[in-house]
Amino acid sequence: MNHIVIIGTGLAGYNLARELRKKSEDIKLTLITHDDGAFYSKPMLSNGLAKQKQPADLPMGDADKMRADLNATILTHTTVSAIDREARSVTLDSGDTVSYDKLVIATGANPIRFPIDGNANDDVLVVNNLDDYAKFRAVLQENSHVAIIGPGLIGCEFANDLAQAGHAVTVIGPDIAPMSTLLPTEVGRVLENALSELGVKWCLELTTSSINKSQNGYELLLSDGQTVEADLVLSAIGLRSDTSLAEAAGLECQRGIVVDRYLQTSDDAIYALGDCAEVDGLVLPFVMPLMNGARALAATLCDEATKVNYPAMPVLVKTPAIATIVSPPARDAEGKWEFTKLDNGIKALFKDGEQLLGFALLGDAVSEKMALTKELPPVLN
Amino acid sequence: MNKWECMICGFIYDEAEGLPDEGIAPGTKWEDIPDDWQCPECGVSKADFEMVKQ
Repeated sequence: MNHIVIIGTGLAGYNLARELRKKSEDIKLTLITHDDGAFYSKPMLSNGLAKQKQPADLPMGDADKMRADLNATILTHTTVSAIDREARSVTLDSGDTVSYDKLVIATGANPIRFPIDGNANDDVLVVNNLDDYAKFRAVLQENSHVAIIGPGLIGCEFANDLAQAGHAVTVIGPDIAPMSTLLPTEVGRVLENALSELGVKWCLELTTSSINKSQNGYELLLSDGQTVEADLVLSAIGLRSDTSLAEAAGLECQRGIVVDRYLQTSDDAIYALGDCAEVDGLVLPFVMPLMNGARALAATLCDEATKVNYPAMPVLVKTPAIATIVSPPARDAEGKWEFTKLDNGIKALFKDGEQLLGFALLGDAVSEKMALTKELPPVLN
Repeated sequence: MNKWECMICGFIYDEAEGLPDEGIAPGTKWEDIPDDWQCPECGVSKADFEMVKQ
């Protein structure tokens, strides 16, 4: 009998397990996670306040429910220390080994952190999983002042959620405008203004030189010499694929674990899925790529080799201050942005001649999402 | 009229509004949406939605 072992119980690991169970009731399935194995959706962490959810409300099931639903062995609070490709087994922190016929690495991505001068570097919070989020909510008092380092997608979502809940928020980063890797500057400016109206303060084109403990919280010194006082400091400067296990096992890794269109690594018994994987050169840490990948990989693992296809996959940014949907053009796409300002919002289309290659829709422009998505080329076909 | 929320991405289907862009008329009840319908934001199935408690 085929034994499939999945490392990781995030959206990637659990959704793959569910897709596998839809295909086969017989496969022997083991999932291994360093946390408690509760099934929750990471994107939901950045709008928990607006949804009036406590960290404990977010899981849709605990490990016992998942064991029953998936008819799977789930090893919780267990870390995989190594992959033995020769023996086709993984070694656990307890020293035990688990043999596999097929191994799937779904270890996700970790927040990028770099040390900042001062005596409070260790107090800087990150929110990349439910445990982080619980810690963050535990220290968040009413009307806290939160400094967010990183004006990207996650930084903006948290800024919106916190400001709407009555917290003072200052967002700091070297970018010219928010979400600069996904949005053209003109569009980022519209998002910036909408969040400003909610009370968010911006310190853009600035970096954080040092963070020190102060009487009531923290003092951040910025590159232009100004200081920002905050009760909490949240870092959201980006994610990096967790390739540590794969690299140690000698699998090919670039920005992520390198896989082909079948999500197979350079070892034909090992696959990678989700934020840790680099599929055909693309690391796309969003939900839709992972869901498409889980469906294709479930079929492949049930001996129906199925390439993963990515349709156009617009990303919904959870900033209720102004609805935001973006489908960024491919990195090497040639063309130019065209902007249409609306009373409420902006429509930005990235075109090469008549061919639409990407868009950013804010405010009233989001109503055109469906029609415009149909005009976009697939990301991987 | 109820609202249904995608447990994966937070997308909300509002029965009152429907999804006219997808040919789902305003007022369409959740149970009347085809079973093979997928979340327009993240591609999961109807089974991954839960009713929003009002």
